[in-house]
Amino acid sequence: MLDKNGIARRIAGELKDKYFVNLGIGIPTLVANYIPQGIEVDFQSENGVLGMGPFPFEGEEDADIINAGKQTITTMPGASFFDSSMSFGMIRGKHVDLTVLGAMEVSEKGDIANWKIPGKMVKGMGGAMDLVASAENIIVAMMHTNKAGKSKLLKKCSLPLTGVNCVKKIVTNLGFLEVTENGFKLLERAPGVSVEEIKKATEGNLIIEGNIPEMILN
Amino acid sequence: MIRKTVSNVTEALLGVEDNMTFLLGGFGLCGIPENAIAELVKLNIKGLTCVSNNAGVDDFGLGLLLQKKQIKKMVSSYVGENDEFERQMLSGELEVELIPQGTLAERCSAAQRGFPAFYTPAGYGTEVAEGKETREFDGKMYVLEHAVQADFAFIKAWKGDEAGNLIFKGTARNFNPCMCGAAKITVVEVEELVPAGALDPDKIHIPGIFVQRIFKGAQYEKRIEQRTVRQRE
Repeated sequence: MLDKNGIARRIAGELKDKYFVNLGIGIPTLVANYIPQGIEVDFQSENGVLGMGPFPFEGEEDADIINAGKQTITTMPGASFFDSSMSFGMIRGKHVDLTVLGAMEVSEKGDIANWKIPGKMVKGMGGAMDLVASAENIIVAMMHTNKAGKSKLLKKCSLPLTGVNCVKKIVTNLGFLEVTENGFKLLERAPGVSVEEIKKATEGNLIIEGNIPEMILN
Repeated sequence: MIRKTVSNVTEALLGVEDNMTFLLGGFGLCGIPENAIAELVKLNIKGLTCVSNNAGVDDFGLGLLLQKKQIKKMVSSYVGENDEFERQMLSGELEVELIPQGTLAERCSAAQRGFPAFYTPAGYGTEVAEGKETREFDGKMYVLEHAVQADFAFIKAWKGDEAGNLIFKGTARNFNPCMCGAAKITVVEVEELVPAGALDPDKIHIPGIFVQRIFKGAQYEKRIEQRTVRQRE
C-alpha cells in the first residue's frame, strides 16, 4: 500500500519532458519532490507564477512571493509572474500540460467532487473548476476510501460536482486506474496490494483485464 | 499629465457609503489593500458586497470587516481560512456567492475591457452553472458569465507614479491588475509613490487611465499566511 509520498512518487512517473504542470494543494504538492532525472518541467501556480521553486531558506521568506496554497516559495531561473486573468488564460487555453489535484469523490464517468460538503464544509472551489473544465490531462491523487472506509471511486458522485467527465487517471494508496467509457480500468496495483482488495474498495464499475502488474516507483 | 494623487487614505475613500459593492485585490493576504481595509473598518459602513478571491483570516484582511459585521455579501472563490466567515455563512447571516477563480478574474477583466459577458467552460454541469445560459462551441459546453458591476475597486500595487501608472511585485499582482478600471472609481494604494517620469513607460503593468485615485499607504504589515521554509544543508 502507498502512503501520501508514495502516491506522489507514482504520479511523478507520469511527468514528461517539457511539461508545464499545475499541482493542487495536499498530496499533489508532494509530486514536485520526485521529478524524474533528466527531464525539464515547470510548475505553474494559479495565483500567478510559472517556474516555482522550493520553499525559501529561513529568513529569506518574501510575503509577496507565495503559491496558491499561500505558502512562501522561491522562483527558478526563467520564472515569471502574471495576473490572475492571464494565469487562467494559460489554463483555459490548454498551455498547461498536466493538472494534478485531490478529490473527495470521483465517478466512473470521470466526474469529480472536491469543493463542498453541504451544511458542513464550504471552503470554495478556488481554481479547481477552471482547471478540471479546461485541462486535457488530469490526474487525481487521493486515498481509495474515506476515513469511514467508504469507497471514493463511485458509480455516481454524491457531493456537489467540481466538473463533469474530466478525470483521466487516478492514483490512490491501492492502485493506478484509468477512467474509460465503461468505468475504472485498473492499470497497476500498489506494492503488496491484491486485485481483490482493490475490488472490495471500489464501488464504481472496475475493469480488470489480464494480469495486473505491481507498480514501479521511480 | 493628468494627476491622480490624493494625500491620504481618508481622501482616497471619499464617497464610500453603506450598501455599496467593492472589488478588493489580493490572493490570501498577499497583495491586499491593507490601508483601504483599515479605513473601511474605521468608517464602519455596513451592508457591503465585497468581491475578492478570499475573505482574509479572522484577524486580518477582510476578516476585520467580517468581525464588525460590515459585509452583507461576499463573492469569492475560496474562503477556507476564516472561522468567523464559515460561522456567519452557515448561520445564514452572511450571503455568499462562490465562483470559480478564473471566472472571478475574467468577470473583473471583462468589466475593465468593456465586455458585458463571456463564455467559460468552468463550472459546466455543476451548481455554479444553475440558471445560467449554456452553449456549445466545437463540441464542448460553456457557461455564460457576466462582467462585474462595482462602485469602488481597492487595489494594492508596489510602485506607482503621480499619473496612476502601476507596477506590481511578485505574486502580490494576482487580481489587482484585473480589477483596475473594473469599478466606477479605482483607488490604488502603493508602497512607493514616485513623480511622473520616474518610472520607465516600458515597465508599467497598468496604465494610469484605469486609476482615479492613488496614495502612498501609511504602513504595511504584509502578514504571511503560511510561512514555509527549508533547512540549509
